[in-house]
Amino acid sequence: MKYIYYPGCSLKSTGRLYEESLLAVFRVLKIDYVELNDWNCCGATAYMAIDENQAYVLAARNLAIAEEQLKDEKEVNIVAPCSACYMILLKTQKFLKENPAEQKKVKLALKESGLTYTGNAKIRHPLDVLVNDIGEKEISKAVKNPLTNLNVAAYYGCQTVRPYSTFDDQRNPVFMDRLLKAAGANIVDWSMKTRCCGSSLTGTIQEVALPLSYVILHEAKKRRADVITTACSLCQFNLECYQNDIDKKFKTDLKIDVVYFTQLLGLALGIDHVELGIQRLFAKPVNIFKILKGDEHIYV
Amino acid sequence: MEKSILAESFALDNTAKDIVEIRRRIKYENELDKNFRKQIAESAHGEKLYGCIQCGTCSAACPVSHYMDYTPRKIIQMVREGFKNEVLKSSTVWLCASCYACTVECPKGIKITDVMYALKREAISGGYHSKKFPASVLASNFFTQVLNNGRNSEGPLLLKMYLKTNPFMLIKNMKLGFKLWLRGRISMKTERIKNKKSLKKLLQSMENVKEVNA
Amino acid sequence: MNIFMYNNNGTNIPNIGFYICHCGHNIAGMVDVTDVQKYAASLPGVTVSRDYKYMCSDPGQELIQKDIKEFGLNRIVVASCSPLLHEHTFRVATEKAGLNPYFFHMVNIRENVSWVTQDFKEATKKAKDLVRAAISRVFFHKPLIKKEVPINPDVLVLGGGIAGIHAALTIANAGKKVYLVEREATIGGHMAMFDKTFPTLDCAACILTPKMSAVKSHPNITLWTYSEVEKIEGFVGNYKATVLRKPRYVIEELCVGCMDCIDACIYKEAKYSDEFNLGLSMRKPIYIPFPQATPQVVLIDPETCIDFKSHRCKKTCIDICDREAIDLKQTAKYDEINVGTVILTTGFKTFDAKRAPQYGYGKFPNVFTSLELERMVNASGPTSGEVITRDGKKPAKVGIVHCVGSRDEKSNKWCSKVCCMYSLKLAHLIKEHTDAEVYNFYIDMRTPGKGYEEFYDKLMNEGVNFIRGRVAEITDWALVAEEENKLTIRVEDTLVGVVRRIPVDMVVLSVGLEPREDASDISRMFNISCSNEGFFLERHPKLAPVSTFTDGIFIAGACQGPKDIPESVAQAGAAAAEALSLICAGTIELEPNTASIIEEFCSGCKSCITLCPYTAILYNEDTKKACINEVLCKGCGTCVASCPSGSIIQNMFEDEQIYGEIEGLLKFAGIELADNKTEGKEIEHA
Repeated sequence: MKYIYYPGCSLKSTGRLYEESLLAVFRVLKIDYVELNDWNCCGATAYMAIDENQAYVLAARNLAIAEEQLKDEKEVNIVAPCSACYMILLKTQKFLKENPAEQKKVKLALKESGLTYTGNAKIRHPLDVLVNDIGEKEISKAVKNPLTNLNVAAYYGCQTVRPYSTFDDQRNPVFMDRLLKAAGANIVDWSMKTRCCGSSLTGTIQEVALPLSYVILHEAKKRRADVITTACSLCQFNLECYQNDIDKKFKTDLKIDVVYFTQLLGLALGIDHVELGIQRLFAKPVNIFKILKGDEHIYV
Repeated sequence: MEKSILAESFALDNTAKDIVEIRRRIKYENELDKNFRKQIAESAHGEKLYGCIQCGTCSAACPVSHYMDYTPRKIIQMVREGFKNEVLKSSTVWLCASCYACTVECPKGIKITDVMYALKREAISGGYHSKKFPASVLASNFFTQVLNNGRNSEGPLLLKMYLKTNPFMLIKNMKLGFKLWLRGRISMKTERIKNKKSLKKLLQSMENVKEVNA
Repeated sequence: MNIFMYNNNGTNIPNIGFYICHCGHNIAGMVDVTDVQKYAASLPGVTVSRDYKYMCSDPGQELIQKDIKEFGLNRIVVASCSPLLHEHTFRVATEKAGLNPYFFHMVNIRENVSWVTQDFKEATKKAKDLVRAAISRVFFHKPLIKKEVPINPDVLVLGGGIAGIHAALTIANAGKKVYLVEREATIGGHMAMFDKTFPTLDCAACILTPKMSAVKSHPNITLWTYSEVEKIEGFVGNYKATVLRKPRYVIEELCVGCMDCIDACIYKEAKYSDEFNLGLSMRKPIYIPFPQATPQVVLIDPETCIDFKSHRCKKTCIDICDREAIDLKQTAKYDEINVGTVILTTGFKTFDAKRAPQYGYGKFPNVFTSLELERMVNASGPTSGEVITRDGKKPAKVGIVHCVGSRDEKSNKWCSKVCCMYSLKLAHLIKEHTDAEVYNFYIDMRTPGKGYEEFYDKLMNEGVNFIRGRVAEITDWALVAEEENKLTIRVEDTLVGVVRRIPVDMVVLSVGLEPREDASDISRMFNISCSNEGFFLERHPKLAPVSTFTDGIFIAGACQGPKDIPESVAQAGAAAAEALSLICAGTIELEPNTASIIEEFCSGCKSCITLCPYTAILYNEDTKKACINEVLCKGCGTCVASCPSGSIIQNMFEDEQIYGEIEGLLKFAGIELADNKTEGKEIEHA
């Protein structure tokens, strides 16, 4: 089966390491993918704030191109790793399905650009693909460097599971836990899995956003996590890149590795860390390397 | 008619003042916009707005409600009762980080996050938002960028927002930007799609459809 | 002192079994039960003394029964909780073991000792004192026999609202005879005034009138409207009621309700306030309350009829009536009926909105009560279903004020329970009839009930405004132009946190429910109680909601407290079932703790007769002595204490029993029994 890979804007910039690691994992697990032709921005949270109709047609264009691109396949599966993209695509599909009048308008507009929208494409999150299509068994088999004794706090963020996604529980998602457990990690049980990281407020209203990231980092530390894994580029960015500001503001030392779950999984699968974009992190994830080199795990 | 006092309380920080202020605290019905609730309810996803039982679950589930000048629960009641001016000038709509916690928890199935989107749209189109308020400026810039190029380029987007709102923030974030640039995670290049002309046409055709409908 | 009293076993020596209950920690936590048990064992006459975790449990009761058989016990004393809770339990247990149940006596060491004492030593001492008193008392107990009285199967239902109608039909359908007495000229009560019922919006008349005509045509129901119960005497199973049949000046049996007389009345225009429409329309001196009135009989109001005032009327009504049904000479008459049980369904009245002057009822013409609105939205009402202001215009904005005369220390403290729901219903109907903007001002929205919350949700989605806040005042002075010539409602919108002034064209006051003015008279007449707020008091708020403290008198519907139609109907059914259960039993057992006269000592002074609260004492003119009806006597003891010659005695409270108890309490009476030894006694604690 072939998947359409829809990167979205951030996986090409701040989230480059997400793209690199995701695709590397896909290659090792022999997941066949092709990038969506001439994709455009999903609309994200900001576009909806200006024009709703345009936001829907923006997302629908991507879905229509995907249908065109995979027209020979039995079904069209679009993998959207960025949780905002994932959520917006799902939302658009649902909205157009429930509002035939709007759907007609969107279809008409797309037709003028030579595109057809049926609404039949399946929008998938990489977690969904890895757990449901590949399975924990296969992943366990492929693991070369088990993550034994590494305490992982799996952080899903808000839009990965809310509000339209159906592959996991909205209040207590477990797919990332299952995946990393299959790679040998210890999963930290915590309550912050879907709590808001601050989203774009870190760039706009920092006094509101920093406390949000702070509570997540603080809780991870308290639960003795060695690393936080994320599934969204904004979450990873907020939790990793503002650690200095947070420590300064709250007079704490909350330094903790924040990596994409695909990076951690990639290391377990034996992929070279440069291929996974580890060097693009702000700090070397020492805890992870200790484990992988077979050092005895020491919690600092 | 005297301007509503509610609108004046728009401020993020607690502006405790030394002097006791005497302000009018009564609301006349002609200061309210009775069509406002209809307008919001009729915008997509707002249909369940009327069913709100004011339980406050949304406010309690919201991770940023304690920074808002009106909690989400209050915003819903104010929308229903036509407090248009106060609602559209409030910080609440711009503090909403779209985490959808309220939407998931609402016992009456009100899509509160989408109501917030509708309010953001009203605030911008009606010119209620502050031209210096970063959250709304970011949204506007994002819109223009995507409309013209089809994609969003984080570097130029943030640069433009800081220049427009608070250049001091730009200096503050320079170090962060440099670190990101070193790691190849940000650039000042503007990303574009190939068919950006056809996309713009597509988007604008939706605009026309809307006008035709109106 | 004579201690050799009666016992069942042919011996004359009291053979007492004593049992103390731990009641979990309730008693054992504060009283040294083992100590009390040992102490009781040392008392004269006590053969068996035991303590047990729960005496009221089956094993506890079996313990007593086993001991009665094994040791031939002839007195049982249990120290545990209040007799109100378990006296019956232990009496039955005693009786099952073959001992007369009145040889059992109960000591309350929970409510009277362990729950109200904080000192362990003091509590144990007090428990011992009470136990000693009880053991001293039971020496003098006698076997008593319960009396049985027959039940008259006829039932009186007082009040012809929906509760009375339902109760009457239920009993009549069971084949028993019912007298349904209604004060007004028609049955139907408040429900007949409503347009729709919440939350289903069923037409009230459509569901009520079939039941009304069923009452009228039922062979087992005697329907007396325009009638009142004047007097009630007797006791459960044997009541005698005197019913006043007010004159309607129309012979009920002859009138067919053709209403030709109304047309023929010399008053061409109706000019007297119509009670049924609450004064929103006019009627003539000869009238019928409403089109579906049951019975379909007209009546003449003597206050307004010219013939009654001046005797100079042409009497056109008499001329036109070919059935000769009109009888201006009719007088009140009294009917006496004998019934076994009574169901009171006398209903409620609405709060008088003038008592809340801040809302301007009676001052501003466009302030209406909810009941007036009910009439107004009704198609057969004064405006034929149109909601209009006094000047005949459709209102553009209507405010509905909840909790008028409810939840207010100044008027009524209670929540009237039905107002939230009927306000929602009225909001819906007003919107339906006028398309006005409707505001509901509420303190709390209370919609518990099947389909009620869903109805609230429906109303919210219809776009009715809900403002949480109690209205402070309704005024006619304007602050801004839009308030000119309007009623302005001043309220805090507590959900937004601002004070608002909302100008409207019409205000509806959702008035609360109150007891009727004469509820206390009725309660006195039927010898039942009223709760603080004045509604009839049920025997137990949870377990006996339709019974009263007087046997054979039941209550149902809003006379017991505010309730809606389904609840009233449910209570009416329950009351009917309670009455039928008495009727089907045929007889009733009475407690034998009654008083009796020792005739040779009675001087016939009659002082006891007036004191008896149950009118159980009569004066026998032949013997010139007082005579107590044991069936009526409740054993209150008033007459016993008052009798100057000491000629009244009361079962279970005879002098020697009381003296024995007092002596035991003060100090054990020093009675020596032949076999007063501790050794050889059965001492055990579980």
